[in-house]
Amino acid sequence: MSEYLYYPGCSMDSSGRSYRDSLEAVTAPLGITLREIDDWNCCGATEYLGLSRLPAYALIARNLALAEQARNGTNTLVAPCSACFLNLSKTNHAMAEDAAFGAQVNDALAAGDLHYDPDSLRIRHLLDVVVREVGLETVRSRVTRPLRGLKLAPYLGCMVPRPDYDGRWSDPEHPSELDRLLAALGAEVVDYPLKTECCGGHMTQIGPSTAFSMIRRLVDAAERAGADMMVTICPMCQMNIDAFQGEMNAHFHTSHRMPIVFFTQVMGLAFGMAPEAVGFGRELVDARPALARISDEPVPEAEPARVRRPGRPKGPALPMPQMPEAGEVTR
Amino acid sequence: MVLAESTNHAIADPGRVFLEEVIARTGPSCRLDMCIQCGTCGGSCPSADDMDHTPRTLFAMIRAGMREQVLRSNTPWMCVSCYLCTVRCPQDVRITDVMYTLKNMAVASHAYPDSTAPDFSRAFIRNVETFGRSFEVGLTAQHYLRHYLTRLPSMAPMGISMLRSGRMGLTPPRRIRGMRGLKRILARAKALEAAS
Repeated sequence: MSEYLYYPGCSMDSSGRSYRDSLEAVTAPLGITLREIDDWNCCGATEYLGLSRLPAYALIARNLALAEQARNGTNTLVAPCSACFLNLSKTNHAMAEDAAFGAQVNDALAAGDLHYDPDSLRIRHLLDVVVREVGLETVRSRVTRPLRGLKLAPYLGCMVPRPDYDGRWSDPEHPSELDRLLAALGAEVVDYPLKTECCGGHMTQIGPSTAFSMIRRLVDAAERAGADMMVTICPMCQMNIDAFQGEMNAHFHTSHRMPIVFFTQVMGLAFGMAPEAVGFGRELVDARPALARISDEPVPEAEPARVRRPGRPKGPALPMPQMPEAGEVTR
Repeated sequence: MVLAESTNHAIADPGRVFLEEVIARTGPSCRLDMCIQCGTCGGSCPSADDMDHTPRTLFAMIRAGMREQVLRSNTPWMCVSCYLCTVRCPQDVRITDVMYTLKNMAVASHAYPDSTAPDFSRAFIRNVETFGRSFEVGLTAQHYLRHYLTRLPSMAPMGISMLRSGRMGLTPPRRIRGMRGLKRILARAKALEAAS
C-alpha cells in the first residue's frame, strides 16, 4: 500500500460525486491509500486569480502548508481535479521560482500561523499517479471484466497537461497517458484529436454562447470518432459536457447525446464493480445504455484493410520533364 | 542636451510605463516584453472569435500605452485559462498569467464595462470567504438571478436533474474549522498587495 496526501477539492462533494464514489472504490484494488488533508479550503478555481494575485495564491498556499504539516513518510500530494491540481502546482512553482513572491505569500500565511516551504511537496494529478506510480501492469492485473467493444474517447481537458510545471506529461497537446490506461482496461480507444481542448471552463456561466461552441465541437468530434462515450479526468469538463449538453443542443438545434464519465468509473467497471457502485447513472446524458456494447467474447483481430494502390493511368500520361540524353544540346 | 531629452522621452513613454506595470504585477518571469507579435497565441486560442482583440493585438496595444482601451477590452475575460497559447508561444511569454493581471487591473480600476464575468468571480470568492469552500447552488442561483434571468427556464430541467442525481445540494457547505485563520491570511494578503 502506497500512501499519498490527498486534496479532494469542492466538486468531489457536489457535481463530481461519481468521481468521488468511483475513486473511493478503486483505491483498494490499485493498492493506494489517500490521506485527506484536514480542514482544506477551496482553491479558488480560476476565479480568484482573475480578481487579485497575492490573495489568490495565499488561499491556495494554505492547503500546501496544511499538507506540508501532514507529511508523514510521503511528500506527494494528489489532486483528482484539474483546477485544484493546476492551482496547487502553480502556487508551489511561483513560490519556488520567485523567492520574493514566496516570502510575500508566507508573510500572509503567517497571519494564520502557517508556513510553506516551496518544493517540499510533489504535486501530482491522480491520473499521473495511476499511470506512473501504480503502473499499467498492476491496472491490467486487476481487470476482471475487460471493456471489450466499448469505444472510448480519452478527454483530459486543458489544465492537467498544461502548462505542466513539473514536466510530467508526454505532450502538452496530445499526451498518451489516458489512452494507454483505457487500452489497459481492454477498451477500444478511439483517436480523439481534441483530447486537451478546453471545455469552456467557466464560460458556461459568463459567456454561454462561447461555451456552447466549444462543447459542441468536442461532442461532435467524439461522435465522428465513433466513441460510445467520452472519458475525462476533470470535474469541470464532465459538468460542462454532461450537464450543459442539453442547453447546447437547444442553442444550436442539434440532438447530440454523448455521455461523459470519469476514468475512475470505467476503471471500476473493468475491475468487476457494478456500474451504479462506481457512479454510473448520475450523469445527465445516461452512459449506461452504451455499456451493453461490452462484449464477453474476445474481439476477433480485425484483418488489416487492403490498401488499394493506384494503378498506372491508362492512355497517354501527361508530359513529364526528362533528363536530356548525353550529347543532346539544350538551350 | 539631445541625449538628456531623449532619455526623458523614454521615461515618459506611456507604452513603456504600462508595459512595465503589467510585467511587475505578473511577475518578472512573464516575459511580456519579449513578444515578437507572431500571432501564435490568437491562432491557438479557442475563444479568440469572441474577443474584441486577439492577444497579439492586445500586447501591441499595451506597448502603445493604450491603457484605457486595453482594460476595457473583453479579451482577458474571454480567456478560458487553457494555457494553449502559453505552451505554444515561441518566446515563452506566460500569456495566461498576463491575462489574469489584466483582469486584476480592470477590476481594480472598474474599467471593464460588462460586469457579468467580474461579478461571477466576486460571487464565487464571497462564498469561499464565507465558508472556506465553494457553494455551487448558491453561486449559480445568485449569478443567474442577477445576469441570466432569461436563461433560468431552459436551465430548470438541468437543475432538477442535478438535484435528483445527488450532484447538487441545496444547503451550503459546512464552514471549515480554520475559517478565522483563513480570513486573517486573506486580509493580510490584501493589505500586502495594496501596499506593493
